[in-house]
This record gives sequence, structure tokens and C-alpha cells, in this order.
Amino acid sequence: MGKLLLGWLAVASMLLPFSVSAQENAPDALVKSVTNDVLAIVRQDKEIQSGNTKRAIELVEQKVLPHFDFAHMTRLAVGRDWRKADPQQQAALTQEFKNLLVRTYSNALTSYKNQVIDFRPTRMQPGDTDVTVRSEVKQPGARPISIDYSLEKNSEAWKVYDVVVAGVSLVTNYRESFATEVRNGGIDGLIKSLQKKNADLEAKAAQGGERK
Amino acid sequence: MGLRTARTRSNDVRISSRKDGEVNDAAEPASRSWRLTVSVLAATVVFSTGCATTGSPQDPLEGFNRAMFSFNEGLDKVAIKPLAQGYDFVVPLPGKTMVSNFFGNLQDPWIAANNLLQGKPGQALTDAGRFLINSTVGILGAFDVASELGIEKHEEDFGQTVARWGVGAGAYLVLPFFGPRTFRDALTLIVDGYGDPVYYLVDDVPTRNILYGTRLVSNRASVLPADKTIDEAALDKYAYLRDAYLQRRRNLIFDGRPPRETDEDAATDPGGSLARELTAPDAVSPPVLVASDGAAVAPGTERQRLSEPGFNDSVPSRVTSPVDTADAAPVAAATGSGAE
Repeated sequence: MGKLLLGWLAVASMLLPFSVSAQENAPDALVKSVTNDVLAIVRQDKEIQSGNTKRAIELVEQKVLPHFDFAHMTRLAVGRDWRKADPQQQAALTQEFKNLLVRTYSNALTSYKNQVIDFRPTRMQPGDTDVTVRSEVKQPGARPISIDYSLEKNSEAWKVYDVVVAGVSLVTNYRESFATEVRNGGIDGLIKSLQKKNADLEAKAAQGGERK
Repeated sequence: MGLRTARTRSNDVRISSRKDGEVNDAAEPASRSWRLTVSVLAATVVFSTGCATTGSPQDPLEGFNRAMFSFNEGLDKVAIKPLAQGYDFVVPLPGKTMVSNFFGNLQDPWIAANNLLQGKPGQALTDAGRFLINSTVGILGAFDVASELGIEKHEEDFGQTVARWGVGAGAYLVLPFFGPRTFRDALTLIVDGYGDPVYYLVDDVPTRNILYGTRLVSNRASVLPADKTIDEAALDKYAYLRDAYLQRRRNLIFDGRPPRETDEDAATDPGGSLARELTAPDAVSPPVLVASDGAAVAPGTERQRLSEPGFNDSVPSRVTSPVDTADAAPVAAATGSGAE
């Protein structure tokens, strides 16, 4: 497990940097500015640093989410079975998957500790509508971890539809698990599993809050 | 090797001896003896562990693997993780950094050798340069001066080398102590064990074991923060970590730039590229390319890159060395609890 997991795990820890202010046209400028905005806030927010997940989620919802295309992400994660879902189910899947990702990775933001994020030059042709923005998280004593954002341009705005951490797509990594759920319980089974997972996480978070 | 901090480098230098600069991980030479091994293992092991399975095409030994996963998770929980937490708590950050740099530096010669074997002499040279600089100016590797100078660290091992030579991954396999592998990577692990300076430079066995142990704990400590994220993110931790491992290996083999999967692939290809890697037919001659659904596609299409075979008849059968020398440090990067 060694080699693999580790890195990208740690990664998760700083995945989400994005923000709303960015109206730049270029996708790399967008990712960069959102990243910088979010990290600037995290660096100053003692609550988030001390593990206040709710605060982190708020920050992510406000700054990051507007730049993500969750319908696209969900489609990618569900894969072939997406076509079996009716529009209502698709909406439900998207909502639950979004909740799961937001909760999980907002939490990761709380373990941010002054890592430095470097962006690599983005290769892009003028007419491109699908671009990968590559970045690297550097921290003392650990190897840099790559975080690549895939963005697609739709109706004039660039939206992120995949995040690949140390070579692992946080989206398509769900594909096998989702396919298994669908095989066992149909689309509704998958929706239920996701709802249950989210409810468990919520309950756990609430518990943690009380203990404080 | 065991637990290692994963990391990715996007290497801009690619193998150039190949047509399109991509090397394929899809060829599946699977010799007879391999197949035999697989079926014997499957027969003896899968039936004895009656776990629910996900039916993933790249994981025919899921029952066995889940059992091993649980074992590793248990080991991690009672021994490795607590040690790593203690280490993390007691040792100040600069100390931890030095330890991790020290072991990282020791990897560079073997990384250089593997880059050479993969036809990337330029990278091999920078790896060697890193080792020289860090071993001297960096005081036996305690300081990663080379990275400060902008000399990029790479991640290579013999499994990746053999993959670039065209050997397919084989089935996913969870090894006790060592954690996730594929059949290919489980076999090449032995070679990596011999390529590890801790093994060949340190003759005193107790000292060597201390080094292995320290490395294990240091590596585990570096990923402690990830435990929670994984627990939260995964519907089924076993499957989540399996798929992450397979994705990451593929990414490493292609030096951070694996062939891109399209939305169409996503919509039609449940196993994704990983399944493709495993299901590639034994003998595809170079011009005949096989798409994910098994249909031949015309050369020149996007999918071409996915299944260009390399030289199929290489390596694994030659690997006969005893396992125990491979890597004394038990890995079990295992985190959390699995096996539903």
C-alpha cells in the first residue's frame, strides 16, 4: 500500500483551493486565484485550523463550489450506469455525491499546515475547451504531491470536473464501488448508500461537536 | 519498501524510442505458470474466505485479498499506527524531515537504475546527481539540497520498469505486511528488495532491521493525516484503496501522464483503464489496437495509445529469489478497517 496511498492521502489534505473572485478567462489563472484565496483564509482562520469542519464547509461552499461541475463529476463517477438513471435519480445522485465530496475534502482543509502550492505551466491551445491545470503541494520532509485539476469550458465559464491527486482521480476512484452498489441494489441502492454514508458522517460530526 | 510516501512527479521527459512516446501497460503476457499460480491461489484461498465480493474485473482474488486487507488493517491498528503516532508526537518536525530525507536519498540510486532500464538516461543522470549532492552537501541525505536546487525527485521501481517493457499488471493482490500490489508488482518487489541500499549496504542484521523499522514508522507517520479523509471518503474502504492503488500505479508507470480517459470511456467502460490493462489480449500485434470494449479500432485514434504492446516476453519468470530478503519492513500501510 505503501507507495501509493500515502501520498495522495496526505493530499486530500489540501485539495480544494478555489475561489469565487476569479473571473479570469484562463483556467489556470482561475485555479490559482481560488487556491490562493482559500489558503489565505485558512491561514488566518483559527477555527478551521483547529478542526471546525462546519467553517471549512462554509468556506468551500462559498469559494470553491461555484467552480465545480458536480453533474459532470457524478456522471464520470457513475460511469456506464449513468444512463440507467432517470433525470430525478441523476439529480439525487449528483446531490449526494456532492455532499460526500464537499464534506470529506472540506475536512481535509482543516489539516492544512503551511504547505506550499506550486503551479506548473499549463499547456493550452487557443480554442481548447478541456484543460488540465497541474499543481504540486510541497511540504518539508515529504515528497511533493501532485494535484491536477481537469476543467471544461461550458457557456463561457471554466468548471472543474475532476481532481487527480498523486495520480488518483477522486472522482473515477468511485467507479468500481458505485458499479457494485448499482449491481446489488440498482440506481436507488446507490442513492441510498450515499445517503446513508452522508448521514453517518453528519452524525459523527455532530457528536464530535458536542464533545467539544 | 513498504510504506512509502506516495508522490507523483510529472516527468516531462518521456521514453522516446517508442512511436508515440507512450509506453503501454496493457500487454498481458501472463505466462502459463502465472496462470497456474493464479488459479491455484484462487482455488485454495478464495473458497476458504467467504466474503462478499464486488466482482471487479481486475480483482478475481477478492476474497483472499479482503482477508489479507483485514489482517493488514489489524496489524496497522494494533502496532504500526500507534508507533507512528508516538513517533509523530515525540519527534520534532525537523527531525522527522531529516529521517524521511535520509531514506528518500537512499532510494535515488535504485531509482536511477530503473530510469536507465526504462530508457530514460537523462532522468537517471539527475537521480544520480541528486544522490551525490544529497549524500555529501546534504550530509548523508539528511537535507534534500538537490530539491532545493530544483533537481526533481522521481519515483521509479522495478515493477514500473517491467511494465514499461510491456509486462501486464496481472490481478490485484493484497500481500500480508506489504499491502496492495498486482501480481507483477508482487514479483518485482523481490528485485526491489535487492536494489535497496539498506539491504545491500548494511550487513549487520539487527541494524538493518532497525533501519527497516524506522523507515516503516516514518513513512506511516507521514500519512497519518490521510487516515481520516479516506475513512470519510470511502463507501467501501477495501475497494476504495484498491482502486486508488491501481490508478496510482498506472499513473506512475506513465510518469504522471497516463492516456486520458474520455467521458465516453466513462460512460461505457465500467472498469476504466484498469480493466483494460488486465483484459488486454495476450497477443496484440502492434498495429492492431484493441479498444476497451474489445473492438479493434483503427490506428491513429485516441485509443491507440492504450494498447500498444511492448516486448511481451520479459522478466517475471526469472525472478526466483527468496522473498524474505525483499523488504523486511512490513508494510501494511493499511489504514482503517475493511472487509465487509
